[in-house]
Amino acid sequence: MGKPNHLKKDMRIKNHPILGKAPDGVWVEIEVDGESIPALEGEPIAAALTAAGIRILRITKKYAEPRGVTCAIGRCTDCIMEVDGRPNVRTCVTAVKAGMIIRTLKE
Amino acid sequence: MKKKQLVVVGSGPAGLSAAVQAAEYGVEVMLLDEHSRPGGQLFKQIHKFFGSHSHYAGMRGPDIGRLLLERAQSRGVCISLETTVWGIFQDRVLGLVSGDRTDRIQADKIILATGATENALRFPGWTLPGVMGAGAVQTMVNLHRVLPGKRFLMVGSGNVGLIVSYHLLQAGGHVVKLVEALPRISGWGVHASKLARCGVPIEVSKTVKRVCGRDRVEYAELVSVDAEWNEIPGTKERIEVDVVCVAVGLNPLSELAWIAGCGHKYIPELGGWVPRHDESLQTLVPGIYVAGDVTGIDEASTAMEEGRIAGISAAETLGCISGGAADAVRDKAYTQLAEFHQSPWGIRLEAAQRKLRAGEQDGA
Repeated sequence: MGKPNHLKKDMRIKNHPILGKAPDGVWVEIEVDGESIPALEGEPIAAALTAAGIRILRITKKYAEPRGVTCAIGRCTDCIMEVDGRPNVRTCVTAVKAGMIIRTLKE
Repeated sequence: MKKKQLVVVGSGPAGLSAAVQAAEYGVEVMLLDEHSRPGGQLFKQIHKFFGSHSHYAGMRGPDIGRLLLERAQSRGVCISLETTVWGIFQDRVLGLVSGDRTDRIQADKIILATGATENALRFPGWTLPGVMGAGAVQTMVNLHRVLPGKRFLMVGSGNVGLIVSYHLLQAGGHVVKLVEALPRISGWGVHASKLARCGVPIEVSKTVKRVCGRDRVEYAELVSVDAEWNEIPGTKERIEVDVVCVAVGLNPLSELAWIAGCGHKYIPELGGWVPRHDESLQTLVPGIYVAGDVTGIDEASTAMEEGRIAGISAAETLGCISGGAADAVRDKAYTQLAEFHQSPWGIRLEAAQRKLRAGEQDGA
């Protein structure tokens, strides 16, 4: 059975001319809308989602428009999701823990 | 209630530098940051810094960050991360939130080094996933080591737009084009020529008309503009990109200064509303100082100089250093600032800051 499509698009930078090789980290799994994706423990949730090719992090309440990572430093709240049952969590500044259950906010 | 001699809010270049400077003279310093890692935006600035060698020239942001952190630790600065300051009350009482816990601290002196936030650019499609701040892209790439796309359009030719474009190339991204609505490149020539040598087209008098895609960025429409910013008919051009990076400046993050009752002035050369402050970087509220981008949008190098000024001024008013010695540190920092401000843009910025600070000095 093939991997879901987004797992094929690993956007991680493994080698970098200035920063060198990516440091070793602890790989864990997190669940996003029912699908399991790999993530590095301690990285922002939004980084793990971006690496897995997931761009839509939220659907707005009134006009049902998609939103994604915009500021990446916890200012704009465009990337908020439900994390372990808690709504409106800023995923760009919230660290990954093994087994987190994440859901896209739709209403 | 806990008491501290000095609380510094924000652990970026300005805050770290202020904390180190004050701690060097025996001040008991608490450094707060809402993020899980210290350093603010310093660790994503992986290029070599300019300036003089005594002021970190030739070093890259992460190395400077590590050096400042080591100095802060060896001087006993207490760093408290994942701690958000949500209010400042009478007698310099700070309200803090950390996870599910709240706390209050009374500080003799406060230095606000809260930095800045990126400006947005409004065009049809500006909210689509894939339209990001250039600084946000830089955070993803250099800190978290994730590319948020494959084909990038950079909007804006200031130093941020030029440098982040180069960082994208280093990380393996394809910068399809850099556009600038002004008829000239606004950042430093050295950054622009480096980018041009790498084959990135830099096109002036050109801007984004709209960004399109079903549920994410699929392409951007560009148009040329005349001297009055009007679209020139027949110049529409479509480019396939999956990320549009917006690099059109920043504005100071001065909410805490507002809450504390510091007066503000709107100064376009400084990026918007800035807290009024004097040459020692003290605001109109005695005991509250500002340093870094919150005093006007500038660079990490100048933020560190301002951190020194605010740190030494706080140490001076706490009685930890004599006025003469403090003056010497301030003079040296102001000389450095003037050296950094030698570009046309820097000259305008420094003139605006000098005018503001001198005015407050005279009680205007």
